[in-house]
Amino acid sequence: MRQTTQQEDLLRGMWKENPVLVQLLGLCPTLAVTNTVLNSIAMGLATFFVLLGSSILVSTLKRWIPKEVRISAYILIIATFVTIADLVLNAVVPETHKALGAFIALIVVNCMILGRQEAFSSKNTIWRSILDAVGSGVGFIVALLMMGSVRELLGNGTLLVDTPWVVAPFGPHFEPWVIMILPPGGFFTLGVILLVLAWWKERHHVPVRPRRWPHGVTTAVEAEPVGVGASEGGA
Amino acid sequence: MGELFWILISAMLVNNFTLVLFLGLCPFLGVSGRVSTALRMGMANIFVLVITSMVASLLNAYVLPYAPYLRLISFIVVIASLVQIVEMAIKKLSPTLFRELGIFLPLITTNCAILGLAIFQTNRGYGFVEGLFFAVGGGLGLTLALVLMASIRETVEIADVPAMARNMGLVLILAGSLSLAFMGFAGLFSS
Repeated sequence: MRQTTQQEDLLRGMWKENPVLVQLLGLCPTLAVTNTVLNSIAMGLATFFVLLGSSILVSTLKRWIPKEVRISAYILIIATFVTIADLVLNAVVPETHKALGAFIALIVVNCMILGRQEAFSSKNTIWRSILDAVGSGVGFIVALLMMGSVRELLGNGTLLVDTPWVVAPFGPHFEPWVIMILPPGGFFTLGVILLVLAWWKERHHVPVRPRRWPHGVTTAVEAEPVGVGASEGGA
Repeated sequence: MGELFWILISAMLVNNFTLVLFLGLCPFLGVSGRVSTALRMGMANIFVLVITSMVASLLNAYVLPYAPYLRLISFIVVIASLVQIVEMAIKKLSPTLFRELGIFLPLITTNCAILGLAIFQTNRGYGFVEGLFFAVGGGLGLTLALVLMASIRETVEIADVPAMARNMGLVLILAGSLSLAFMGFAGLFSS
């Protein structure tokens, strides 16, 4: 693997290798809870916290985690941080916690987080893992905010509803496109964003390659059988 | 009995796991290229969902009342290890079935539909039998969505679309249209 600079570690995840828009990881929360800007921010911050915490812990413990059970160990670490985030959100912002529902708990199976542990934190120093986690986390928040603002603006005619800073840029006579805050709106918004990005790349003569598997899912396929074989041997 | 039937229909059509609740999107986008693969993935999912539902009910009834904060951790650990044990058992007992399910069995352990099922079932307070119907309905709904998507994509693949639409963007728009169609099932419950 080519050696990367610290700056690259930090900036890579924010746009060029954005976990959602480029790598298509962590799509469940991206589509499910981005119907308002507030929900998107809450989800993004919770995921950011879990990613940062797990990256620090994984890179600290990497020497002591046996290779055979590493995936299970990562999931356990992630689940611990998700439990913390779940309890804290429930105590601090109970309304938002209720709106996000089961999807806070489902951060555990966000493949983006597991992907960063497997691809980066398990091989690099603590400081660089922090940089990488901050970059990917910010990239995730950026993607969620893009989705959330488009969906809330078109589906409800407002921005930042349920907060003191609510604005309605289209005025009182705007007829909301209710479909945008319903499930199909999530698919449509992300689909259009991806099409626009692909169009942009095509215009700037970057070849768009079709991808059968979302990047990173293959890592899970490759990584899983190692664990299976090893646990068989251990048993 | 009527209530159980509606739990099944609701999980399968009205609150379809993939198209309405956004659970299990990775396999939905990843392995929906061919109908035969999609069908096998769906079967493996139904299988794991049923096992998960049973384990989650037992955990909810006997273990978690004593330590509610361990819910998430115990779910994910027990589900992951159980699926691996089942995989080994199938490998020994029925090599044919093992070949059919293949790589999909370990892969779907980390699928959000599985953990999602366990959490939704707990939040709604379903018992053992209700949970089973919920799992079968959810699994059938997932299979239905996968197969529908795969048939559409097989057709779209030979269509002449602009170069920029030859990636996931088009697939997501298609998924949105399917999701829109499934919203029609919501009318089933209004009467």
